[in-house]
Amino acid sequence: MRLRVFAAVAALSLAALTGCGAQGGGTSADALRIMAPAAPGGGWDQTSRVAEQALKAADPQRRVEVFNVPGAGGTIGLAQLAGEKGNGNLLMTMGLVMVGAIEQNKSKVTLSETTPIAKLTEEYEIVVVPAASPFKTLADLVAAWKTDPAKVSVSGGSAGGTDHIVAGLMAKAAGVDPKQVNYIAHSGGGEALNELLGNQVSAGISGVSEFAEHVRSGKLRALGVTSGARLPDLDVPTLKEAGLDVELANWRGFVAPGELSDADRAALTDLVTKMHDAQPWKDAVAKNGWIDSFQTGQEFADYLNAEQTRVKGIIAEMGLVS
Amino acid sequence: MSSWQLLLDGFAAALTPVNLLYALIGVTLGTLVGVLPGIGPAMTVALLLPVTFTVPSTSAFIMFAGIYYGGMYGGSTTSILLNTPGESSSMITALEGNKMARRGRAAQALATAAIGSFVAGTIATALLVVAAPAVVSFAIAFGPADYFALAILAFTAVSSVLSRSVVRGLASLGLGLVIGLVGIDQQTGQARLTLGIPQLLDGIDVVIVAVGLFALGECLYVASRLRHVPPEIVPVGRAWMGRSDWRRSWAPWLRGTALGFPFGALPGGGAEIPTFLSYAAEKRLARGVAREEYGKGAIEGVAGPEAANNASAAGTLVPLLTLGLPTSATAAILLAAFQQYGLQPGPQLFEHNPALVWGMIASLFIGNAMLLVLNLPMAPLWARILRIPRPYLYAGIVVFAALGVYALNATVVDLFVLYILGLLGFAMRRFGLPVAPAVIGMILGPMAEIQLRRALAIGAGDPTVLVSSPISIVLLLLAALALLTPVLKKLTTRRHPQE
Repeated sequence: MRLRVFAAVAALSLAALTGCGAQGGGTSADALRIMAPAAPGGGWDQTSRVAEQALKAADPQRRVEVFNVPGAGGTIGLAQLAGEKGNGNLLMTMGLVMVGAIEQNKSKVTLSETTPIAKLTEEYEIVVVPAASPFKTLADLVAAWKTDPAKVSVSGGSAGGTDHIVAGLMAKAAGVDPKQVNYIAHSGGGEALNELLGNQVSAGISGVSEFAEHVRSGKLRALGVTSGARLPDLDVPTLKEAGLDVELANWRGFVAPGELSDADRAALTDLVTKMHDAQPWKDAVAKNGWIDSFQTGQEFADYLNAEQTRVKGIIAEMGLVS
Repeated sequence: MSSWQLLLDGFAAALTPVNLLYALIGVTLGTLVGVLPGIGPAMTVALLLPVTFTVPSTSAFIMFAGIYYGGMYGGSTTSILLNTPGESSSMITALEGNKMARRGRAAQALATAAIGSFVAGTIATALLVVAAPAVVSFAIAFGPADYFALAILAFTAVSSVLSRSVVRGLASLGLGLVIGLVGIDQQTGQARLTLGIPQLLDGIDVVIVAVGLFALGECLYVASRLRHVPPEIVPVGRAWMGRSDWRRSWAPWLRGTALGFPFGALPGGGAEIPTFLSYAAEKRLARGVAREEYGKGAIEGVAGPEAANNASAAGTLVPLLTLGLPTSATAAILLAAFQQYGLQPGPQLFEHNPALVWGMIASLFIGNAMLLVLNLPMAPLWARILRIPRPYLYAGIVVFAALGVYALNATVVDLFVLYILGLLGFAMRRFGLPVAPAVIGMILGPMAEIQLRRALAIGAGDPTVLVSSPISIVLLLLAALALLTPVLKKLTTRRHPQE
């Protein structure tokens, strides 16, 4: 009797487990699988799950499922994708952060082993200081930076991530050695935000959406954004206007496995284009404050190449390659 | 409208049949994932995020909050019964709880954990209503130097009470520190001790370490002795808490709450540190029977830490709701859920969406009561698990441990790491090294390191930055006190040998 109870509990928990862990399960050939190369809850995961909804709306016949392969800035997922050569039913969500992680982790697999499908969205970065900071403009910050880079602590996300790359590019533009940037890395925007609100660091860099609320409420002062033109809903100068020639978008997109047939590539591009036109996608873009920057085919392949060159350069200049 | 009125409106929103159902689903699911090693509330909520596309916001948050609280309840059950914590925050509970279970007091241990969780959860939720602004300003004032001082305090408090032999305790702590070093260094982005294995770049998850050292090590140890030692007969004992159990539990519950709530509000404070501190404090304060029983199954060592981890869950919600600042993995996922609904937690959330916020707070009270009703009658039932023949029981644990760890990242590398740590845990038991300091070292070590380096970087290399804030000075003084008290005591007793 007792054993039976235990067996029942075990069976129930197993059911729960497989319910949670079914992302890796096999499916029929025509189901499209989207890999989010990160843990559930982050940006790539969110993009993948929104895409799932939009794809289902765009093509109700098509079965779509999202699965997560977290780890090492997405390079674990990238390695897995590279092993699926010629699979025309698989997409991986990726972005600028992965380009940096490949360089930094000296990943054996690079994006050259994938087939670029589309760039989807962009988010811009914002440079802020605590409300009580003596720096009123970007010029104030740059002046202090030039005097003694060690005294200007810049807080942001993980080392080698988008925020750090922006800090490096800004230093370079200001004529400060990117290696000298006193960058305080955090596992996420939350921790960095805490230090800024507590006036513990000189400046902070993160995605616009992470800090916008606090800029509007006056707890943080924004010195510049990394977009080409001013953002519509936030009255902050661009870095270029403020005197530093830096423009950077934290973009996200899709790649497919390498050695894809032309027919498969065209079919995936077509499907993703339909998804981009579907209402759930438009709603999600508006809701999350993403910038729609849809790009496919050769245009995206060229963009990807240019980004790889630029990121590789700045990561090396910051001395981040392990 | 006053907070009180808003809370009543919140109860009205949360008490609809549909929302009660969501709360029930949440707490049940939460208890289940808490019991299973490896799968925690953060992962469960993350996997349920897609429900935000279809379920109304208030109902979804009521369910998510239920999962969060339920996970904190469920983790203690396997800790107490099988010495195999389901979550790292209930690791400390295993120390005294499992000893109680072996003495036939499993039902009492489970009951004090359940009631303590209820008391702590309720008080902490009430504090969330009244004290949120004060707690937030306290949390923001915490800088890297203060975190470093906090880690030092936790180290000294814990290491001075955990092991009977200082050398063995330190050896175990050192093992934990090494495990904590594995992965990419956060400040420089360089890989350390990864042996060229890319799956190790993100470090070894604390869940794998806790499950490997505790659960797997325990299974191997039991298996190795199965043929040599006659099975110990676990006395069944009385079913409920007696009067002395109540008398000994209530103060640790309250102290645990007082420790857990503010720590939950600290980014990086987490649910583990307050459980360490609560355990250490209860051991220090133990007098009479409790002092005799500490190390052999004292109810205080279960009541305090269990209250602390539940109170920290409520504490986490303070910076999340008022600043949009996630301070735990689960809170970070909840933040993503808010964004799915187009809501930005922060100062404006209370003004713009009072129905949602207060509905969620009300549901925390309701979920807590549900968990008590759900768990208390289960305590004697759960306790009977101990009567399952050990080969079946421990084989089952090995299966669940492996499944849970595999579910974390779906990689085989994690399983190898688990088995290696399991063998390490077995060896530590075989040679009499305590396991808990290793897990504590692995949690506190990286925190101490990163905060020390951040503090020094911000201070441009000036070491006086470490003692430049009142908080860090107070914490370091407390640490010095914890370190010196045993020494002074020894000196004074030597001077008065007749004592």
